[in-house]
Amino acid sequence: MIVASAGTSPFVLPGAVMDGLQVVLLVLVAVLATAVVLTRAPVRQVIVLSSYGLMLALLFLAFQAPDVTLSELTVGAVALPVLLMLALAKVRGQGRERRRDR
Amino acid sequence: MTARTRTRVFLAAMAGLAAFYVWGLTGLPGFGSYPGPYGYILDHVAVLQTNATGVVSAINFSYRGIDTLGEEFILFIAATGVSTVLRHLRGEREESAGAAALRAEGPAPSDATRQATVLFVGPVMVMGWFLGSHAQTSPSGGFQGGVILATAFILIYLAGQFLAFRRLSPVPLTDAVGAVGAGGFAVIGLAAVAQGLPYLYNFLPLGSVPGAVSSSGTIALISFFVGVEVAAAFVLIVSELLEQTLLVEAER
Repeated sequence: MIVASAGTSPFVLPGAVMDGLQVVLLVLVAVLATAVVLTRAPVRQVIVLSSYGLMLALLFLAFQAPDVTLSELTVGAVALPVLLMLALAKVRGQGRERRRDR
Repeated sequence: MTARTRTRVFLAAMAGLAAFYVWGLTGLPGFGSYPGPYGYILDHVAVLQTNATGVVSAINFSYRGIDTLGEEFILFIAATGVSTVLRHLRGEREESAGAAALRAEGPAPSDATRQATVLFVGPVMVMGWFLGSHAQTSPSGGFQGGVILATAFILIYLAGQFLAFRRLSPVPLTDAVGAVGAGGFAVIGLAAVAQGLPYLYNFLPLGSVPGAVSSSGTIALISFFVGVEVAAAFVLIVSELLEQTLLVEAER
């Protein structure tokens, strides 16, 4: 595991704390990923997917990749859900039109 | 194929996959171990060579600049693809802006949503520009800054201002800005070639203070162009989808 250089900076957490944090986040990511698959309703699934993206961003932060964190935060937690929501809205709009035609 | 045969085939395939998977896992290096010298060398020389304290940016925009150029064009082509696929087809018509306005605005957002989003537009935009222009000093850069800038535009839509969103990001303008961003990166590379240097060589003055915003030569400049391109590409994708969802109706 990534070992923090021994306490020269107040911003460096002890190695054991970092290890624990990484394990907790790995477990949470696995739990949320399973939740995404198990959620059936599309709109709810998008919301769960968004929180999965958020958790993944935190994981990247704990693994010392702040640049990837920023990308994941914006793409995984915001941009992807927005695109999916728009697609869902479009599909539902078409369903409504078809019902109106009948 | 009966259900029983199908289960047998499935189990045999799973056993095979599991065997290969475990075999593959046993050959992996330990967790967090890094065998190659490349990263260690860059750790020592990157700041000295480029005056950029954001070493990740130095790698993305200088040492491995050609990779990033490819990535940038992936996004550029994706945006081009979206706007091609979502162009108005025969048999579809766009509602006139006036008639669409009512429907396009959709159900009005609650006051709380409106207040919160309007409150965040300014700070989010500042943060996007900050990240995009500080690649050389911090673990940020054009990609992150650009996407966050685009988020500011999405917030304007969330505040219930679809027409404002459209006015602020007309498609021809977004197209042009995106092209300038993508082209700028490639042109910086060619500018080095024109001076007889390797493609994407960092030919600008590096500044005297490592970690100063004005340091790092082409790294800061490339990050800026990437930010502009990424912001434009995301705004373009979102606005094409919004238009498709809200304005285009199949002809009946």
